[in-house]
Amino acid sequence: MRHDHLITSKQLSRADIEAILDHAAEIDADPSAVADRHADKLLGLLFFEPSTRTKMSFETAMKRLGGDVVDMGSVESSSVKKGETLADTVRVIEGYTDALVLRHPKQGAAAMASEFVDVPLLNAGDGAGHHPTQTMLDLYTIRENAGLDDLTIGIMGDLKYGRTVHSLAYALSNFDARQHFVSPESLQLPREVVYDLHQQEGAQVREHESIDDVLPSLDVLYVTRIQRERFPDENEYQKVAGEYQIDMDTLDAASDDLTVMHPLPRVDEIAPDVDETDHAAYFEQAHNGVPVRMALLDRLLSEGGDGDE
Amino acid sequence: MSDDHDHHDGTDDHELRVSKIRNGTVIDHVRGGQALNVLAILGIDGSEGEEVSVGMNVPSDRLARKDIVKVEGRELSQDEVDVLSLIAPDATINIVRDYEVIEKHRVERPDVVTGVLSCPNPSCITTAGEPVTSRFEVLDDAVRCSYCETIVREEIASLIDT
Repeated sequence: MRHDHLITSKQLSRADIEAILDHAAEIDADPSAVADRHADKLLGLLFFEPSTRTKMSFETAMKRLGGDVVDMGSVESSSVKKGETLADTVRVIEGYTDALVLRHPKQGAAAMASEFVDVPLLNAGDGAGHHPTQTMLDLYTIRENAGLDDLTIGIMGDLKYGRTVHSLAYALSNFDARQHFVSPESLQLPREVVYDLHQQEGAQVREHESIDDVLPSLDVLYVTRIQRERFPDENEYQKVAGEYQIDMDTLDAASDDLTVMHPLPRVDEIAPDVDETDHAAYFEQAHNGVPVRMALLDRLLSEGGDGDE
Repeated sequence: MSDDHDHHDGTDDHELRVSKIRNGTVIDHVRGGQALNVLAILGIDGSEGEEVSVGMNVPSDRLARKDIVKVEGRELSQDEVDVLSLIAPDATINIVRDYEVIEKHRVERPDVVTGVLSCPNPSCITTAGEPVTSRFEVLDDAVRCSYCETIVREEIASLIDT
């Protein structure tokens, strides 16, 4: 990977991913070892969309590395409201900071912004495009619960607009993972993602409309929210919504070892009765955001700017 | 080499209805209906006083029906020819000097085209008024936005940023 920016999980090799996950595990085991590692560093948080977990976990991660953050604040209170371009915003804030975290509603925003700055830039979500740091914590959670090789994973919900899904699918194609994508026809994977996965040698990908087709074979079920607002007709949403919800009855057909994940926030895709079972890994998944982002920041801030392989 | 019956300015019998040029470029074997898009890609709209001849849907042995564009006084650059390949992959380029074809070659598809096409994805950052030049990767049968990664297979000509 380029060490100075993280735009998409496509730029990560298996070796990159394993190195980051190993480093996150070391930090997880002994956070004090890195407590002052970046005491003189500032991270710029540029969130053009609402965020709770991603933003707060980056802030926590940076502070646990001894550094600090500066936050653009809401779009309404920033110069963006005056019509400033993203290109100008990142060029200004890079002058204040050692690295930038960007979330933006437009696809390709991080790729474009990275062309205007010299400090490391991390993509924290660009519209329906990519969310590579989420993917790293997803992979960390999968590795902890089920391992990353000889893995059968179901990815269910809004696959069309779900950026976490796209990034995860790309990253998993580095491993011996059988990926089953489950969604209503209207929310299937974008053809760009399918194209990429088919280009990837060894990627094992199948698409389904019903979870029943694959549930018993799964080691991991990754659930995302079916986004009601994406449907032009409420009746169309109601027809499919119930088909993509998980509760204890649904899980009767699953392996006892099934790990259920969700990038959160959830609405009603996973019933509360699943929370207390050994299947539920979604809160652990969210907690893993801190050590994983500490590992990513440590890597980028230690090596950032040199652009070497 | 064309399978049409070539004359000295790269055109065949059917195109004699379009006048020969003295110096410039003949773009032959353009797929039927694409001639105006070829002009759009080249940024030629006649406003600069360019002398341009266009034949549309003329019979062709190779393509059944083809378009042909003749531009007087202008030799196309390789960049321009590369971009033409997106909408006219079968085209032949004939460079004419003093009524003689002095160079003739087929177009080749480039790896990337920059600043020529607009992304059709309204959610793409390149549509948001940013100071960024569009860039598309050229695939075997499509183009792909380098920023939002949208793949366009049909109607590539409609993306031409005129």
